[in-house]
Amino acid sequence: MPEPTPTPLPASCPDTPLVWRGGLSTPRKLRRIGSLLGAPAFMWLGLFFILPGLLLLAIAFATRSPTGGIEWTFTLDNFRRLVGYGSFGWSPANGQIILRSVTIAAATTVICMILAYPLAFFIACRPASSRMLWLIVLTVPFWTNLIVRTYAWLIMLGPESPITRLAAMVGLAEPGAALYPSTTATMLGMITAFLPFMVMPIYSSVEKINWNLLEAAQDLYCSRWGTFRHAILPQTYSALFVGVILTFIPAMGTFLISDILGGARFMLIGNLIQTQFTFGSGNPPYAAALAFVLILLTLIIIALFSRLGGKREELV
Amino acid sequence: MRRLPLWVSFIGLFALALLYVPLIGVVIQSFNASRLGLDWKGFTLKWYEQLWANEVIHEAAWNTLVIATVSTVISTVLGTALALAFSRFPWKRRAMTTADNVLYLPVVTPEIVMAAALVVMFSLLRHVHAMFDFGLPAVIIGHVTFQISFVTLTVRSRLSGLPANLDEAACDLYSGGWNLFRRVTLPLIMPGITAGALLAFILSLDDFVITYFTAGPQLMTLPVYIYGSQRRGITPEIHALSTVMLLCTVVLVFVAMRFLQDRKGKAAS
Repeated sequence: MPEPTPTPLPASCPDTPLVWRGGLSTPRKLRRIGSLLGAPAFMWLGLFFILPGLLLLAIAFATRSPTGGIEWTFTLDNFRRLVGYGSFGWSPANGQIILRSVTIAAATTVICMILAYPLAFFIACRPASSRMLWLIVLTVPFWTNLIVRTYAWLIMLGPESPITRLAAMVGLAEPGAALYPSTTATMLGMITAFLPFMVMPIYSSVEKINWNLLEAAQDLYCSRWGTFRHAILPQTYSALFVGVILTFIPAMGTFLISDILGGARFMLIGNLIQTQFTFGSGNPPYAAALAFVLILLTLIIIALFSRLGGKREELV
Repeated sequence: MRRLPLWVSFIGLFALALLYVPLIGVVIQSFNASRLGLDWKGFTLKWYEQLWANEVIHEAAWNTLVIATVSTVISTVLGTALALAFSRFPWKRRAMTTADNVLYLPVVTPEIVMAAALVVMFSLLRHVHAMFDFGLPAVIIGHVTFQISFVTLTVRSRLSGLPANLDEAACDLYSGGWNLFRRVTLPLIMPGITAGALLAFILSLDDFVITYFTAGPQLMTLPVYIYGSQRRGITPEIHALSTVMLLCTVVLVFVAMRFLQDRKGKAAS
């Protein structure tokens, strides 16, 4: 997508009158009108997004009050606690939770990738007449409420479902027991929750692939894998970037799926933030510090994957 | 039509099965007469009758719709104005980049962080006005906050795809100002606005995290209801509710596809 092009201006004299939309005006006047248009939305984002974000950052340096609220005394304790130094000395629990979140999110993203490519190619290679139907089939889970889709796994992994019986028969599970709460259940839930976010962008890029490159590669006696690796895959890199962002970020921050399918003892950063954020029993400043870590990890991921050449314009 | 290796199709279909098997399971179970367990005890509509009689669910469904509708209207107006501001005025490069960065932040911020930040902000604003207390207005504010960027980005991409000479032609015909917007720009970007509003609506219907944090104990929406009741144990009533929500999604997808396709067809002809 090309950058939105403002009316071209003579760079040397920025305030020369110029004709714009049927009238004679100066850039300054025009910018005033433009500001009026953009101001409501930006004020909204400023008041309910930027300011709250800064506030959250400030709270990360505050102290927990004895009643579980916020006391404005500067401290670095919350960050010390992040690396494991709590009130009872060093413990690996927090580090483990952060590490687990990153691992689970990374595994989810990779598995989604592995599943998304075949699915995208499968749909892109349907005859044009039925492709629309396949697209609808793909969009329905995409738009179905996440909590409905997560809840649905509870039934599928329950004690009497065919899947559980099969798992018991093969010896993967004890007969008569549910397959949740478990890490496997959480992974299944996460993969299916975020798979559509990976498939959609990849599908739209596969649809536009220049297949001539494939023929060219084959003419040059490229192997099948080589053809895919060098002629097809690079054409989808920017979509892959979008898919990774749309999968990894929500996977890092989820607390719903791990809460429902992972059980109370299976903590991810999201669960930790949620429990610590309850005023009263929790520790809001510590939760704020955790949120800060989450944002930091997110930014690192974006920076790492932006090398794939994706444009953020494709995120929406 | 291209031929794929068999195993590629196989993995693709396996991925689709992963998405659909649990959903189909819920649909089947919602008609199962057995209250506990999955064994088939005969066909029944009992759970749907129970669902229909449940006042809490009526209220939750109503709240969900109100929140989605109001927040979509607000965010569509704000977002469209912002998109126009972005692409129709001679901004300095640096101002443009900064504004652009602010616009993308809500898209990549984890939902839980946004929710936590909002709760903190509301706990302060509560002293200014009761509107910011837990409840419907707070949830709507939260939803608009994450919807704006999506609407703006969708409308902006439509705007940037329009040739500038359409505006110029209209101006040569003595159009300008409001008239230009109403008669030329708005009809041209209408598909973008519709797509943005649809996206915002679906995001709002789907949202759990922001609602859960800002709603407080009194306000019930459908996702919050399902979350709460699955903690108390799986009930067939929830299967029925899930099935109804799934059905609504299917209808919504069909309508959207038909609508967007029509638009495309019109644009081509």
